[in-house]
Amino acid sequence: MRRILVTEDSATMRSLLISTIESCGDYEVVEASSGFEALRLLPREHIDLIITDINMPDINGLELIRYVRNNTNYINTPLFIISTEGREKDVEKGLSLGADEYLVKPINPVRLQELIFKYIG
Amino acid sequence: MSVTEKSSKAAKDFLAEAEEILDQLCSDLGVMSDISEDGECNPDALNSVFRGAHSLKGLAGMFGFAGIQELSHNLENLLDSLRLGKVKLGSGVMNILLDSLEALGTMIRNLGDGSAEEAPIEQLVARINSAVAATDESDSDNLLSCLGLPASLLNALTEYEEHRLLENLKKSRNIYSVLASFSLATFDQDLAELSDALRKSGEVISTLPSVGANIQSSIDFEILFGSAKGLEEIAAAVADSNATLRLLGSSKSPAGSGKGASGSSAAVAEEALPVEAGGSSSLPAESLITAKSMSRTVRVDIGKLDDLMNIVGELVLSHSTINDIAEKMRQSGYTGMLAELLKAAKGLEKKLNELQKGVMEIRMIPVGQLYEKMGRIVRKISKEQGKKVDLKTFGADTELDKLIMEDIADPLMHIIRNAIDHGIETPGERLAAGKSERGAIKLSSYQKGNHVVIEVEDDGKGIDVEKVRAKAVEKGLVAATDTLTDREAVDLIFLPGFSTSDTVSEISGRGVGMDVVKSNITAVSGMVDVETSPGKGSRMIITLPITLAIIKALIISSAGRFYALPITSVLESIMLEQKDVLTVERKEVIQLRESTLPLLRLNRFFHLDGEVAPSANFFVVVVGVAEKRVGIVVDDLQGQQDIVIKALGPLFDGVRGVSGAADLGDQRTVLVLDVGGIINEVTKAGGQV
Repeated sequence: MRRILVTEDSATMRSLLISTIESCGDYEVVEASSGFEALRLLPREHIDLIITDINMPDINGLELIRYVRNNTNYINTPLFIISTEGREKDVEKGLSLGADEYLVKPINPVRLQELIFKYIG
Repeated sequence: MSVTEKSSKAAKDFLAEAEEILDQLCSDLGVMSDISEDGECNPDALNSVFRGAHSLKGLAGMFGFAGIQELSHNLENLLDSLRLGKVKLGSGVMNILLDSLEALGTMIRNLGDGSAEEAPIEQLVARINSAVAATDESDSDNLLSCLGLPASLLNALTEYEEHRLLENLKKSRNIYSVLASFSLATFDQDLAELSDALRKSGEVISTLPSVGANIQSSIDFEILFGSAKGLEEIAAAVADSNATLRLLGSSKSPAGSGKGASGSSAAVAEEALPVEAGGSSSLPAESLITAKSMSRTVRVDIGKLDDLMNIVGELVLSHSTINDIAEKMRQSGYTGMLAELLKAAKGLEKKLNELQKGVMEIRMIPVGQLYEKMGRIVRKISKEQGKKVDLKTFGADTELDKLIMEDIADPLMHIIRNAIDHGIETPGERLAAGKSERGAIKLSSYQKGNHVVIEVEDDGKGIDVEKVRAKAVEKGLVAATDTLTDREAVDLIFLPGFSTSDTVSEISGRGVGMDVVKSNITAVSGMVDVETSPGKGSRMIITLPITLAIIKALIISSAGRFYALPITSVLESIMLEQKDVLTVERKEVIQLRESTLPLLRLNRFFHLDGEVAPSANFFVVVVGVAEKRVGIVVDDLQGQQDIVIKALGPLFDGVRGVSGAADLGDQRTVLVLDVGGIINEVTKAGGQV
């Protein structure tokens, strides 16, 4: 089964994301409530898709992406940013660090499901 | 769960989280305003307020609460300008912030009350916008290039971190790169220690993780750190860690121009602040204090409830002391205020019972919370195993002590794993056996007296009793000559070192056997039973006490010592004569109605000195947990009492049959018998009682 890491510090937002993901197919969701938790999970787990927020208390999503793209196990793993920041420069910055998609909150569930399907089937 | 239920639950979640964020915002804003007196504001507090507004905006957007979203969006803009130094924090801006929080509070509260979200926010938004409009964009000269940092690193900095970096450069501070490598297991703690050490001499601007030497076990961090102190001083500050320190570029040259720029921006912002005149004149702090709570829930550390429960327990003991005194007064013929005292004690008892019940109820949560997790596990494992399994749940409203619930989650998960792994057959096997292709696991909970029963029932192939017997003999757990009933044989699966699966699968083979499941359940004074019927399925029955904190106990004396027996496991007490006792296989038993009941003498069980001379008549207390029964021989019954069980500490972990000690209120301390443990020992094959 495909495994998706969801890194998001808001519990409400996280559970909404998880139910959106789980309702669209056979995916197993691994949850991280902070950047640190994601750092701890990534080396141990096999992850097929990473979804991360930008604004988080310990390390921010951009720093997480930089780590992910330097980790040989995750260089090509699809990565989506989900953020409230939708300015052009925010999107550019995220994509230049190696994110594959940039979604602006509030998320359109159908769009998210389409993207998940597009990247990991 | 239906769609409407889901969305109303989501709205509740929103309220609870929004309220938490708002509380945090208020307290952070307090920290900010304290420091703003001397012109500089605490960047961490400001950043935290910014993040709060940001989260609130995201949440409100998700739920379509347009008013809250719009206001928090504008608030976020203002805070962003503040933390990027584009707007200076003055009393005018502070008033706008406080008024905005109050308005947000009102809107969220209205949602909680079920009233419409409406609140006049246009004026506030206009005030915010005019404050933000006073921003100064002259900050564009790029001082960062002189640091010689790679573009990929600079790119990963947020706008705010970039701003802090620039601020440090403008103040002619040195910028250091601190590299450290930590073990993956402990990095958050190690990193916090290093950051704390650094913060004493400057500002931690950014913390960037990178892949460690060994991807599996280590992780590296690069910390960008600004400080007025020299390299040697910083090196001394972090000498305890294994961090390497590097001074980046030269920060001297751009200092002058930077100072000029920041000075002018401050001036522009101050000038543009007359908006404050139109703001509310009431004391903002006061209006925040009177803001009442919006969602009607509180989150409490379970430890606090434990403390409360302990105090209730002590009160119950004090009450029984008062009763004892009254009783002694009566016996000594003193009638003075006796009636009043008894009346007052009666009133106290009633209130104490209510208090105890109240505290107990706070600790209770519905088992439905466990069901949600189990649903995910069933889906996951059945996928991995290529089996089709439906989970049916019943009694989600049954309530159980929060602590017990937590301790039971793992054993329950393992039982469910086992049911899918060993119980449910593959779709092909099921069709061949004339069953429907999809297997079913039924998870049900219900209250039974002072216990909660959780059952996991599958419609799989059942436990192969012969296979269990053979395996137990092969593993040397029982002798080949032992004659075990089917029931006893099935119970062998709970013995340490037992596993019937010939090939250890990934699911069940995680080093956890049914013995661990059983000991975890026993640890919370529970019992686990198994029933199986070949070809039809198995049922695991977990019996748990509703709560652990305070219990009614029967005080007994045996061989000259006093003990407490939890009343929930006492079934009856009977009086016997010596001639009723039979001996079967060197064990004492009695015939009780239709069944044979093993007898237990506590002095032998605990290996105490001194054999008690058999008396003609004696009491037997019949205790039982789940389906098992034992009769405990006692000299005397001392009556019932509420007791608070206290742990004996790790030294006594190995002592079987005792779950703790309790104070009886008259300076007597007694051991509390662990009925589940005693029954296990006694009914174990060959157990000498």
